[in-house]
Amino acid sequence: MIKVTGLDKKFGKLHVLNGIDIDIKKGEVVVVIGPSGSGKSTFLRCLNLLEHPTGGEIVFEGVSITSKHNDINKQRQKMGMVFQQFNLFPHMTVLQNITLAPRKLKKVSEEEANKIALDLLERVGLADKAKSYPGQLSGGQKQRIAIVRALAMSPDVMLFDEPTSALDPEMVGEVLDVMKKLAADGMTMVVVTHEMGFAREVGTRVLFMDGGKIAEEGIPSEIFANPKNPRTKEFLGKVL
Amino acid sequence: MNFSFLSEYYVYFIEGAKNTILLAAFTVLLGVMLGIILALMKISRNPILKVISTSYIEFIRGTPLLVQIYIVFFGLPYIGIHIPDVPFLGQDFPRFMAGVIALSLNSGAYVAEIIRAGIQAIDKGQMEAARSLGMSHYMAMRYIILPQAIRNILPALGNEFVVIIKESSIVSVIGISELMFSADTVKGVTFQPFEPLIVVAVIYFVLTFTISRLLGVAERRMRAGD
Ligand SMILES: Nc1ncnc2c1ncn2[C@@H]1O[C@H](COP(=O)(O)OP(=O)(O)O)[C@@H](O)[C@H]1O
Ligand SMILES: [Mg+2]
Repeated sequence: MIKVTGLDKKFGKLHVLNGIDIDIKKGEVVVVIGPSGSGKSTFLRCLNLLEHPTGGEIVFEGVSITSKHNDINKQRQKMGMVFQQFNLFPHMTVLQNITLAPRKLKKVSEEEANKIALDLLERVGLADKAKSYPGQLSGGQKQRIAIVRALAMSPDVMLFDEPTSALDPEMVGEVLDVMKKLAADGMTMVVVTHEMGFAREVGTRVLFMDGGKIAEEGIPSEIFANPKNPRTKEFLGKVL
Repeated sequence: MNFSFLSEYYVYFIEGAKNTILLAAFTVLLGVMLGIILALMKISRNPILKVISTSYIEFIRGTPLLVQIYIVFFGLPYIGIHIPDVPFLGQDFPRFMAGVIALSLNSGAYVAEIIRAGIQAIDKGQMEAARSLGMSHYMAMRYIILPQAIRNILPALGNEFVVIIKESSIVSVIGISELMFSADTVKGVTFQPFEPLIVVAVIYFVLTFTISRLLGVAERRMRAGD
């Protein structure tokens, strides 16, 4: 579904991504782990071109999104993204947050968009918050809304950048539960996280990034039980 | 102190206050239009537009308003631009317009900075979230960034109105019969150098204080709507 070859990203002189190759298949839950500054966010943000790669190619559903002639707005509708800081639109109600993109981009009618939004809100247990503003919600609620907002576009893949890192510990579970359900429903996901329990439980593959490279990858049981790269060992020793 | 001249000359002050308000209102209107254009140029990705806008803003902010007013007043006829004398609310129209233009050219630079700051104060995560949903840059600006930025910008624009009311006093030097000019006139005919100034100071203060209060109320209303 997403094929990345030779992905390279420099910020000025800083070489942040250094030749990333990966092929993400439909239905996979790829969990990206690694030390801070290793390029995990940059990698994820390259996948929907929030960062422009300085080299390499990204092909999404058969279309090269890194090609100059590509109109990225079309593919982004099929790639949901969830941010560490939620980034809900504070001047809109929860319902407006969720329905804006479907209505404006996919020309879904207001009734239809509202129905989809309320169904999704129901699924994350927040149907009663439709009329609330983001400022009135807890962090965990905001993040679940942010997930719903992305899902309302019915994307083919969901990208998560440390979705629980800005949350108070007691709210991490409710967000992870939503993500687990999503994975169980067969959503293709790429998740940058420090939640090793989540990686172990729902990840189909784990990438360990270090210094702008994928230092090691494999199925979770293997990586966690039996890391081969000494850097992976060191990192897991710290976080587990 | 002797304010007995008021009974005879109060109309000068009323006329002056009226013209000051007119001057400020037209200046804000034109200044905001110019400010929007300059701000859009400054945040655009076109380097030429950026340079033009930035240079203009820096020049205006780096030179005295008095000099700018003289440049416009004497410069316009010099480069062959003559403002036609159309009847307008009892104004010496060419003079009045020269004052409005000079003040707007000045105010536009400050307004541009107010708008730019208001837009750039919006967390960049807002633009990213909008773009990640597939919205174009334009749509993200229209539905996400600008509606939030306007809440930062409007109060500052109101304040700019107050600033212009005060600064417009300086266009009395080119003979526009606004409030400051009326003080000079009354000084001249009464040979009282001091008291007319007290009168205009009080009028300026009443104007700015009233407007500030009204803006404060409007701002609280707006915030309460959140
Ligand atoms: N917009 C940017 N400009 C300059 N440097 C950046 C930018 N974004 C990230 N970096 C740098 O790139 C490196 C990798 O960052 P990031 O991808 O956020 O790492 P991670 O998510 O793994 O912590 C860091 O050194 C960071 O400072
Ligand atoms: Mg990161």
